[in-house]
Amino acid sequence: MSHNLPEDGPTTRWKRFKDNDVVWSFINSPGAMIAAAVTVFLILACILAPIIAPFDPFDPSQISLWDGKLPPAWIEGGQSQYFLGTDNQGRDMLSTILYGGRLSILVGLAAVCLGMVLGVTLGVISGYVGGVTDAVIMRIADVQLTIPGILLAILINGVGRAFLPLELRQEFAVYVVIIAIGLTDWPQFARVARGATMVEANKEYVQSARIIGLPAWLIMIRHVLPNTLRPVLVIATIGLALAIIAEATLSFLGQGIPPTTPSLGTLIRVGNEYLFSGLWWITLFPAVALVVLVFAVNLLGDWMRDALNPKLR
Amino acid sequence: MTELLKITNLNVEFPTRRGRFQAVRGVNLTVKAGEVLGLVGESGAGKSTIGNAIIDLLEAPGQISGGSILFEGEELCGRSELEMRRLRGNRIGMIFQDPQTSLNPLMTVGAQLVETIEKTNDLRGSEVEGRAIELLEQVGITEAKARLSAYPHQFSGGMRQRVVIALALAGDPDLIIADEPTTALDVSIQAQILDLIKQLCRQRSLGVIIVTHDIGVIANIADRVAVMYRGEVVETGDVAQILGAPQHKYTKSLIAAVPRADQKLERFSSVDYIEGGDVAMRRIDIQTHWLGQSLRERVKGKAIEVENLDLSFTLQKSILKRNRRMLKAVDNVSFTVNEGETFGLVGESGSGKSTVARLIAGLYRPDSGQVRVIGQDVVSQPSSKDAREARRALQMIFQDPYSSLNARMRVLDIVAEPIRFYKLTSSEAETRKIVGDLLDHVGLGARAALRYPHEFSGGQRQRISIARALASRPRILICDEPTSALDVSVQATILNLLKDLQQELGLTMLFISHDLPVVRQMCDRIAVMRHGAICEVSDIEALFSAPSHEYSRHLLSLMPRMDLLG
Repeated sequence: MSHNLPEDGPTTRWKRFKDNDVVWSFINSPGAMIAAAVTVFLILACILAPIIAPFDPFDPSQISLWDGKLPPAWIEGGQSQYFLGTDNQGRDMLSTILYGGRLSILVGLAAVCLGMVLGVTLGVISGYVGGVTDAVIMRIADVQLTIPGILLAILINGVGRAFLPLELRQEFAVYVVIIAIGLTDWPQFARVARGATMVEANKEYVQSARIIGLPAWLIMIRHVLPNTLRPVLVIATIGLALAIIAEATLSFLGQGIPPTTPSLGTLIRVGNEYLFSGLWWITLFPAVALVVLVFAVNLLGDWMRDALNPKLR
Repeated sequence: MTELLKITNLNVEFPTRRGRFQAVRGVNLTVKAGEVLGLVGESGAGKSTIGNAIIDLLEAPGQISGGSILFEGEELCGRSELEMRRLRGNRIGMIFQDPQTSLNPLMTVGAQLVETIEKTNDLRGSEVEGRAIELLEQVGITEAKARLSAYPHQFSGGMRQRVVIALALAGDPDLIIADEPTTALDVSIQAQILDLIKQLCRQRSLGVIIVTHDIGVIANIADRVAVMYRGEVVETGDVAQILGAPQHKYTKSLIAAVPRADQKLERFSSVDYIEGGDVAMRRIDIQTHWLGQSLRERVKGKAIEVENLDLSFTLQKSILKRNRRMLKAVDNVSFTVNEGETFGLVGESGSGKSTVARLIAGLYRPDSGQVRVIGQDVVSQPSSKDAREARRALQMIFQDPYSSLNARMRVLDIVAEPIRFYKLTSSEAETRKIVGDLLDHVGLGARAALRYPHEFSGGQRQRISIARALASRPRILICDEPTSALDVSVQATILNLLKDLQQELGLTMLFISHDLPVVRQMCDRIAVMRHGAICEVSDIEALFSAPSHEYSRHLLSLMPRMDLLG
């Protein structure tokens, strides 16, 4: 029948990849393309900071207090080698933002991964086993959800630091922040994973796996987990943006990463003190970088939610 | 009789990313007043699309790309949305498939009727209520006045469909389009609804278009039939002529594939003109193959013994026992299935037949009672080694071919899963070879192994399920409505495959179905279930010739009359 859709699909691996509905939807939505381009550009720039940044903010020999508080290059008094100006310590703003962004993205990714692994594990177990296990896990998640995330992160962060000896606090500050944000994140993942698991667990392929006689853990890993990952990935992208903001907030509040190590949050906080003396660039440029990064990641997450939802296709 | 609706050369297209999909091509149809036109075809044939095109409710991005629809001499194509809205309800009524979702659950039936009547009539005040009562009485709802203040959930499925019909009649339409109006209903209610539609058609001299996949419905209600195949009408004519002496090749094979209730046949008549699958595949010699290794162990005996099985589901949870509401899903069920026979479980929806199957398969645990599989008690110690061993001899095939395969696994991994888990072979190469043989044997071809489930059609997926069930070398196969989600022509090939496999492998089958003609073709003995309890167990021929229980007689009397078939 000639009128029917072509039955013989594409053959090569690349063609099959391009034929995929998600890829197709990506190529056909300019918003997603731009967001992805911006995200990739920012992430690459931050990862490659040691190569592309004009200065190294950690190298005291490249920092001079005499060069402190210089405005951006295009404003009177600015110097051409400091394109975005310098901060109060004389560090080049562009380099500091690149290095700071690197730390922020690292913290965000690590925290989301931690939250995702923890949340999805608990969520799948909760949804598949049900009963008392489910009730206990989900009530813990509910209780945690009633406490504002940032307060909880501050608490975990504070407790974490208190247990570390003084000389290690600086060194481990980043890990403590990652754990604090990751632990705050897990209920979102657990709820989504549990919902998806309950839908999947009632489907007949799971029942037939039970009839074959597979043990519960194998069914959960091999059959349920891969089929719950779509919605989880969607909230993971949005969660990444939130985790980057959470890190910035913690650092802004002085609870996160120490000011000597630049992250986008610490930069904004330090700059905030000089905002009213007219040194707006110290806080504005890191803030713009943060907003653009978070916005791009969020747009990607939004697109992914639509593209992966067969009902909206 | 005048021509109420005249469709000439209608084309409907759905633009997709891979080009235009022509859902309906060059269709010509006429409907006269006082006549029921049956539009029959398999899924994807375009029959619902025609109904939607008439009232301009095509799903986006569908569009009419050519032809004309004349309704009482007026052209409907190209009308504005406002004009069409006046037409819908007022002059063309619509009845949808699922009465659960076509009524608003938050509004009383009365309010929904009043809303529709006020929209389509000039009646005001108490006249409206009078009209609502009149409509409900016309569709056979007693105590109509009191029922007006009831909500849809307080009605049964059949009653709800009557309300939907009353809504369709509210504007006093000249044409009613009924899209699978009885598919979601039990067979006993189906007959009543069809009678009602036919009676209304005659009394009010309505034109009715019934869209259905069910030849039985057509035989019961239609005056004329149009048979659709892949977007085209292949044959039109009087119902007696189409069903009794079909001309077109497709119509012939479609009608031949309908399971007969009046006699038992060795096999379903082989059908051509349909989806591939039964193409000459390399079939393996079971006697010498790995699959048949346990064949010699089969001894005549009892394969499944079920004794006094009870199971209740909690409808309403409560800490206090007296506040809990329970549903007795399985009520003191006992039966025995002998090795090598096919045992049927029939009943209407909610009769507990699927629950019994799941209890035997170990997916649910009974409240009380015994299940023995090949003589082994599998209830009291479900995780003991012997019980697990017995369970492995029992596999299940499910109803829905779309949710019974893991979409993220290759067919190879799906079918090989039990072989790998139980280490039934000595090497991976042997496993792959056996999977290839299995896929060949169920008519898919070994090359299917490397593809993913979504690349297959419903019938082909059901073949994958069968291959997976066979991979653990079972002695017992539970088939839970294995073909009720499939088109009738595909159903015939799948049932033939199951019959062949049973004979070759000496399988015991527990066959669950609501479809009596199918059961007659497949089963040796049968149990009739109602409200969780067994009414009658008997030999299949005895049941069809002389049912002893009153409910069995009732069920048999409701089978669609197929006497028109030659």
